[in-house]
Amino acid sequence: MYSEKVMEHFKNPRNVGSMENADGVGQVGNPVCGDIMRMEIKVENGRVVDAKFKTFGCGAAIATSSMVTELVKGKTLEEALAISNKAVAEALDGLPPVKMHCSNLAADALHKAIQDYLAKQGKAPETAKPETKSEAAPQAGPEAGSEAAPK
Amino acid sequence: MRKVYLDHNATTPVHPEVVKAMLPYFSERFGNPSSVHSFGQEAKHAMDEARGAVATAIGAKRDEIVFTSGGTEADNIAVTGVTSALSNKGRHIITSTIEHHAVLSTCQHLASMGFELTELPCDGHGIVDPQSVREAVRKDTVLITIMHANNETGVIQPIEEIGKIALEHGIVFHTDAVQSLGKLPLDVNALGVNLLSVSSHKLYGPKGVGALFVRRGTPLAPSTFGGHHERKRRAGTENVSGIVGFARAVELATLDMEARQGRVLQLRRKLEEGVLSTIPNVRLNGHPTKRLPSTASLCFEFIEGESLVLSLDMEGVAVSSGSACTSGSSEPSHVLLAMGVPPAIAQGSVRFSLGTENTESGVDYVLDVLPKIVERLRVMSPLFRQSGTCVGEGTAG
Repeated sequence: MYSEKVMEHFKNPRNVGSMENADGVGQVGNPVCGDIMRMEIKVENGRVVDAKFKTFGCGAAIATSSMVTELVKGKTLEEALAISNKAVAEALDGLPPVKMHCSNLAADALHKAIQDYLAKQGKAPETAKPETKSEAAPQAGPEAGSEAAPK
Repeated sequence: MRKVYLDHNATTPVHPEVVKAMLPYFSERFGNPSSVHSFGQEAKHAMDEARGAVATAIGAKRDEIVFTSGGTEADNIAVTGVTSALSNKGRHIITSTIEHHAVLSTCQHLASMGFELTELPCDGHGIVDPQSVREAVRKDTVLITIMHANNETGVIQPIEEIGKIALEHGIVFHTDAVQSLGKLPLDVNALGVNLLSVSSHKLYGPKGVGALFVRRGTPLAPSTFGGHHERKRRAGTENVSGIVGFARAVELATLDMEARQGRVLQLRRKLEEGVLSTIPNVRLNGHPTKRLPSTASLCFEFIEGESLVLSLDMEGVAVSSGSACTSGSSEPSHVLLAMGVPPAIAQGSVRFSLGTENTESGVDYVLDVLPKIVERLRVMSPLFRQSGTCVGEGTAG
């Protein structure tokens, strides 16, 4: 069902946990729908130097969260905001169509963490780039990118 | 790697004696039972014997058995066949919120075509109250369909009591007994049913074959056309090898059933008690005793079911989950929700369903690998604090 890369990230997820004094925190999803992802980032000189995640969710949810933290380390904030759900899924050698919404959530959690950082800095939130939106995902579901009210 | 299969409610391995019984019907006795010549008659004879065996196992008469492609088809024929035959009498159907989709989806399809549907709730243990059936009965009720043993939780419904109510009001009563054949004693007269669905691959028989018991005199319109097979109740050349296999499986499963199921129950209790005593924040779903010997549905708080199933699979253990992600839908098991399990907790459900070939050492192995798996996933979860309390909804960045 899952690619080798997805299974590898599921078995050995990178960057699990949380950090003291995170510069930005983003949490998306809700337990009613079966997916919650929480991203914490450390930012120095406009770059994401560290990222940690915690996820309540299926194999794809854990793998996409792990992959996002790997993809984002060392990137500038602009580059980080450009990390899309597609990029996450591709980096994992693809996801079953029914699981694409997990890659949306992972990207959205990261972007939310960045927006949180920017807000804390007193900066206006950046508008997300078009490709970060969940265009490819079928039935992204209410949980994508928001703490939607439980169904 | 050690392999322990604990998903018998999903399907079972075919018993070697069943395979043996089926083999001649592939290339030697391959005739079509409807053929006049001896090839056909030989196959027909085998089918008649099989029919007798299945009938005996459930206290029915031979001509009351309709062979189908499985439990789902049996459920479909029962629900559509009865409602179609009685459409002049009324269009009200009584069912429950915990039915298998084979019944529920069929009922909901009929509802979209103008039938009226009452879906009776269950209590926190997953049991439908017979009184609620009585209260739901109307002049235009044509069918009551309530399952015998639930596939998700193993909980057993009070079919005999509901049967009495159905008889009192002269309403046709169907039960989906797919999970109970071969595990519980089944007698269609004691249960008081007009129709009963069963499936071969749940009791060490081949997939692709099942049966519907149709009591003499039960109104049933045909739903498949193209032949007079099965007394015009189900058209299509019969799956002779499958039917022969099914009958052999039924014979084997009902032989010494009490003792074998007693052993399964012991193992299941060992597993259940082991999990509940070694892993915190786990709840058992369903009635403590009115349950199939085989089944334990457990919710592991703070984590999600599919990731648990995958992790167990990595250790060679096969189970299933009622989480949304496992079924590809956006909601967790409708059965658990109907029982009042909060959705977030239902997402962390795992169903262990044991079989007669499981062993104590297999259960010990599962008890050995499971705690570490749960701990790993909990440490990863934003809902879990090390002290074992829920972080609570709403804590967010």
